[in-house]
Amino acid sequence: MKLVTAIIKPFKLEEVKEALNAIGINGLTVSEASGYGRQRGHVEVYRGAEYTVDLVPKVRIEVLADDDIVDRVVDAITDAARTDRIGDGKVWVVPVDRVVRVRTGEQGPDAI
Amino acid sequence: MEEINAGDTAWVLISAALVMLMTPGLALFYGGMVRAKSALNMLMMSFTALGIVTIVWITIGYSLAFGTDSASGLIGDLRQIGLVDTLDQTVGAPGHKIPMLAFVMFQLTFAVVTTALLSGAIADRTKFSAWIVFVIAWSLLVYVPAAHWAFSFDGGQGGWIGDRLGALDFAGGTVVEINSGASALALALVVGKRIGFRRDPMRPHNLPLVLLGAGLLWFGWLGFNAGSALAANGLAAVAMINTQIAAATGALAWIGYEKVKDGKATTLGIASGAIAGAVAITPACGFVSPLGAVVIGLLAGVICAWAVSQKYRLGFDDSLDVVGVHGVGGLVGMLGIGFLATIVVNPAGADGLLYGGGFTLLGKQLIASIAMAVFAFVVTWIIATVITKTMGFRADPEDEIAGLDTTQHAESAYDLAGVAGGGLVGGSHPLSALRRNRGEEDR
Repeated sequence: MKLVTAIIKPFKLEEVKEALNAIGINGLTVSEASGYGRQRGHVEVYRGAEYTVDLVPKVRIEVLADDDIVDRVVDAITDAARTDRIGDGKVWVVPVDRVVRVRTGEQGPDAI
Repeated sequence: MEEINAGDTAWVLISAALVMLMTPGLALFYGGMVRAKSALNMLMMSFTALGIVTIVWITIGYSLAFGTDSASGLIGDLRQIGLVDTLDQTVGAPGHKIPMLAFVMFQLTFAVVTTALLSGAIADRTKFSAWIVFVIAWSLLVYVPAAHWAFSFDGGQGGWIGDRLGALDFAGGTVVEINSGASALALALVVGKRIGFRRDPMRPHNLPLVLLGAGLLWFGWLGFNAGSALAANGLAAVAMINTQIAAATGALAWIGYEKVKDGKATTLGIASGAIAGAVAITPACGFVSPLGAVVIGLLAGVICAWAVSQKYRLGFDDSLDVVGVHGVGGLVGMLGIGFLATIVVNPAGADGLLYGGGFTLLGKQLIASIAMAVFAFVVTWIIATVITKTMGFRADPEDEIAGLDTTQHAESAYDLAGVAGGGLVGGSHPLSALRRNRGEEDR
């Protein structure tokens, strides 16, 4: 089992959700995030005082996936989220030791 | 009671209600400009001024400000303490008599909003109890004498600025604007900078709130200035149109200035410019022509937009620019009268330099402005220093960093996530739970 985490541009969330749905992923966790990489923030001015706003708003998606489908998940996210402009985000995959579905107590791949 | 003029009385009563609304407006204007963690404290400072100054005014303030002069134009007397001997009294010119209590109420709202203005200089860092004490002391020791100087008329035997020197101040360029600006400077210097000033981002947390507040201030200002005619007449109409004109040109001038200097016109800029224009026309609205108001508004917009950035160079933390907007804007208006006043608009006024009046009026305007600034600065400095040395003016550094809303008031302005809400702690006051969490004794 793997945990796929992706940081994407907020306006790409709908397309990513559709792409994941199309390959049979029907659950994911989304949270608002902010950060910076190669894309930097912007400047705001209040009564002449300039502030550099470094952090850019992003959306973080987390998906649990079985080993046999994880590569397709990563491809689906990267294809859907890509704009070819700086700041498109990152996707990474880490191994998961144990997953439990809270309601039923099911474990492992059954719980995904 | 002498025959009162119903139209004049109605207009002054309405104006009093309009000016009363300026203080909640100011609360929103300021509240939106601070960080979210201290938004409620900012609102609270204005609302406490509404409560406290009302009591100060009716107990002793009004009598000392507008009672018969008892010290060569410096202060009134104590005959109307507690508003005794006011019920059957009238004020106003012959034919324009209004009940004294209408005038008491109208002037009360001025005292409240002027005191509340000072909270902008010390946003985000003071103890609430210290603010309460300051409001009582400042309204009585600074505002009341100032109001007597400029607003108390008694046939040449009233306040020294308005009635004896003959400087022109229609609605409070000295009493309200230069007074609050100079006091704000003293206050900001004594109380000191916010932790992280010039290092941490201190962006306004809610600009729509600022714009709502600015709108209410603009609305109330029409009563502030036109009500100061104390009559429903042509002079009130001139004062109102001039106020509208100067607020409009101030707003446009400010965003023009920042478009040229910073590249973008901003909402905070247009709100600030409207206030700056209204500030500057406050003393002048009953003495200059509508075209004069255009000039004063434009000057105020540009000069105040420049002035607010000077605090970073000079290194004092007048957090919400009371000095740059009210002090500087008030000075623009007071000196503007010296150039632009004309007896065509108001026969009780005088001609300024550009209308052939020479330098006499300009000189009086300058003397009045400087005297008010020095008096306000010195007395406020003393009050703030005494509070600092006795009970302390600043909140604990820990409380300041955590935010004044939770530490001074046990509330937070926004509960957007719902996660931080926590559970109900029995029947005890939340503050005791806060203290328990920190390992402090319950008090």
